[in-house]
Amino acid sequence: MRRSLLLAIAAGISLFSAEARAQSRTRLTVYTALENEQLAPYKAAAERAVPGIEIAWVRDSTGVITARLLAERANPRADMVWGLSVFSLLSLESQDMLEPYTPQGASALRPNMRSAREPMTWTGMDAYVAAICFNRVVAQQRGLPRPSSWADLLNPAFRGQVVMPNPASSGTGFLTMAGWIGSMGEAPAWTYMTGLHENIQLYTHSGSAPCNNAARGEYAAGISFDMRSVTLRNQGAPIDIIIPTDGVGFDLEATAIMRGTRNLEAARRLADWTVSREANEAYGRFFALLAHPDASASVPNYPADFAQRLVSQDFAGLSARREELLREWTRRFDGKSAPR
Amino acid sequence: MAEPVRPVLPADQKIMLAGLAVALVFLAAALVLPLGFLLVRAFQDAQGGFVGLANVAQYLSTPSLAASVVNSLWTAALVTLVVVPLAFTYAYALTRSCIPLRLLFRAVMLLPVLAPSLLPALSLVYLFGNQGFLRGALMGAPLQGPVGIVLAQCVACFPHAAMILAVALSAADARLFEAAASLRAGRWRILATVTLPGARGGLASAAVVVFTLVVTDFGIPKVIGGNFPVLATEVYKQVVGQQNFNMGAVVGLILLLPALAAYGFDRWANAAQESVFSGRAVPYTPRPRTGRDLPLFVFCCAIAGLLLAVVGMAVWGSFIQFWPWNLALTLDNYDFGRFDPAGWSSLGNSLVFAALTAGLGTGVIFLVAWLLERGPRLPALSGPLRFLAAVPLAVPGLVLGLAYILFFNAPWNPLGVMYGTLGILVLNSLVHFYTVCHLTAVTAIRQLDPEFESVSASLGVPVWVTFWRVTLPICLPAILEIAAYLFMSAMTTVSAVIFLYGPDTKPASVAVVHMDETGQVSAAAAMAVVLLGLNLAVKLAQLGLGAALGRGMQRWRRR
Repeated sequence: MRRSLLLAIAAGISLFSAEARAQSRTRLTVYTALENEQLAPYKAAAERAVPGIEIAWVRDSTGVITARLLAERANPRADMVWGLSVFSLLSLESQDMLEPYTPQGASALRPNMRSAREPMTWTGMDAYVAAICFNRVVAQQRGLPRPSSWADLLNPAFRGQVVMPNPASSGTGFLTMAGWIGSMGEAPAWTYMTGLHENIQLYTHSGSAPCNNAARGEYAAGISFDMRSVTLRNQGAPIDIIIPTDGVGFDLEATAIMRGTRNLEAARRLADWTVSREANEAYGRFFALLAHPDASASVPNYPADFAQRLVSQDFAGLSARREELLREWTRRFDGKSAPR
Repeated sequence: MAEPVRPVLPADQKIMLAGLAVALVFLAAALVLPLGFLLVRAFQDAQGGFVGLANVAQYLSTPSLAASVVNSLWTAALVTLVVVPLAFTYAYALTRSCIPLRLLFRAVMLLPVLAPSLLPALSLVYLFGNQGFLRGALMGAPLQGPVGIVLAQCVACFPHAAMILAVALSAADARLFEAAASLRAGRWRILATVTLPGARGGLASAAVVVFTLVVTDFGIPKVIGGNFPVLATEVYKQVVGQQNFNMGAVVGLILLLPALAAYGFDRWANAAQESVFSGRAVPYTPRPRTGRDLPLFVFCCAIAGLLLAVVGMAVWGSFIQFWPWNLALTLDNYDFGRFDPAGWSSLGNSLVFAALTAGLGTGVIFLVAWLLERGPRLPALSGPLRFLAAVPLAVPGLVLGLAYILFFNAPWNPLGVMYGTLGILVLNSLVHFYTVCHLTAVTAIRQLDPEFESVSASLGVPVWVTFWRVTLPICLPAILEIAAYLFMSAMTTVSAVIFLYGPDTKPASVAVVHMDETGQVSAAAAMAVVLLGLNLAVKLAQLGLGAALGRGMQRWRRR
């Protein structure tokens, strides 16, 4: 029995290594939290532009991918990370897990969207922001006004109608909170969250869930990230994406090479391409604010003053204070079991 | 149990001892070492320095902890109290009555384990959510929260309890019933003094399994639990939300405690369990009796109807454009390539992975259970083995998955060659689902009188011949049950494998979660329905095979 177990395992291994040998191109294992619909176009464009590489994705949610990368630290399996929250990359950087390399042309990127180190440890792709997914049908049924700012959500009419991600479970929740701290200042931000808490029906464990819930009409307003709503609207959900006018927190999708990669040369070539204008225009099909200032975004339905609504965000400072902020948030708002 | 005389042949004894030792080594490598690697972090800081109980102390001061402990315990207790009596009645109807459609009821009771836990959760939203068809039914209580957790867990845990109880009730000695009847015991008295004591071990195991499943499962609380804090979501917050493995390990340790208590209870309840099926036993065959069969039939129809409604809702959900705004029917949701680059191929991965898990797992688990029950008594080996067989149930999948990364990916570990292949998914799932299969195997083997072995031994028949000629054929229904259970569990598991799949080995169950997260609810439901269909086919094949083989090999059971 145990012998057949070993045989089966050996057969499994040889199957996969044979498959790997059959590829003459260098196979790069790329960990990512990109959305499913981004994977195929990015892979196709990169493999066309960078000869001799093949991209093998491992995609999961930001939290799962970051946990995997950290757990695999002793023996990294990923060659690269492409499309992961900059907060996660800073956490990897603090553990010395990123390979320092300045991709060719990276100095052209916006200064607040790339690593400040020399050589760089990560480069940004695009910004995604905290936003409100607002269900028009539910709002009409319940007579709710359309919010245009975070402050509007304090309206008592929204009592029990707002859902947001739990910052202790979800990166989107944290970036939303970080945005409030960035735009309002720390003490007013806690006051704001205390007020908002009165209207919140649920703190979810996933960053997508609030928007998915709003799209299904479970609740009127879900605080989530901007791109989530596009997929839902394309399927016919009656939701609007609202980028609040009083300052939104943002996060970067970013790229890095993992220290310890066995394919350093190929990873560098791919990294070079990920900062190119061409690559940024591929990102621009999904996101409005790109790291490359000359690349133009083609994603529809963003306000013209989108970039001005972003708060100035100190990623490194926030990253260092993350644990402390989450503890405070948990102390104030988490663990209330009684639904209101 | 009265200690039976065991004149086992010395050579057999040596082989069986060696087998037990190998089993212990296997569980040590696949369970103890990985878990140890993770749990030791409960006493370390992020840099790996020893900090004693500092993390535990810090965690105990977390305000949400007390609430999550209490919430976990009461939801688990409530689900156990609801599910076990229902499952007992259902299993009783299947095994001790002459109601029609028993094969159908047997298949329907398993529906919830045939599909990823997302399906029942989705159905509950469609039924009881704020836009649901029966949204008034909860009388204003929000679905997301304790109500959703308890409802969804009842549905999800019912098959586990029913499966264990059906095995426990499947064999009974007709002589006991005849004796009770000739002593003029009433029907309820027979139930209380013959049937229930005979199933005591099974009842305890079912209660323990349900309780522990509820405490450790995080999938349902994550999807439908709102912000109702339970211990399992605390692990998720620490490991996935904050990548704080040290705190995750602390909560993992805390989660082991209620499960260990449950294990102690199970051991206590099973200690006095006699072999139901002695060598002189006369198999009990129920005879039709309307007064008993009619109410049981109605009961089974009600339960099966509920399960069918929950699953049917989600199947319908896989054919609509977008709930609740556009209910036009479509097949587009099954064109998986549009939603996930892996498309249909993840289903292929799942099939291979599930088949390997079932094939290897059934052999390993049944053999170990048999060695434990029928091998030489050596508490130094069998004590730890029994304990280890019970542990996996208490380990949340997230914890086991993380433990596997830390252990199997360590640079010095020669087993690391498995990392990133299907092999590690198979091993992980085999261990993850070990306990329920082990309990099923033990229950089945215990129903056989050890006299079978004693007689064979005194006739000079090697023990493995008895195993092959007697034990295996008699236990065949249970063995097939275990294989199907492992297959179905591997097809639907998420929590552990989400950390372990590689670029080429993403299983369909993970793809379902990804599509749901991306807001492609109907597509997620569609892939879950395909998994359900494949599992249903396997389950029906198992039932058919069991019935066909049963006609030949189980004929001796009849008078």
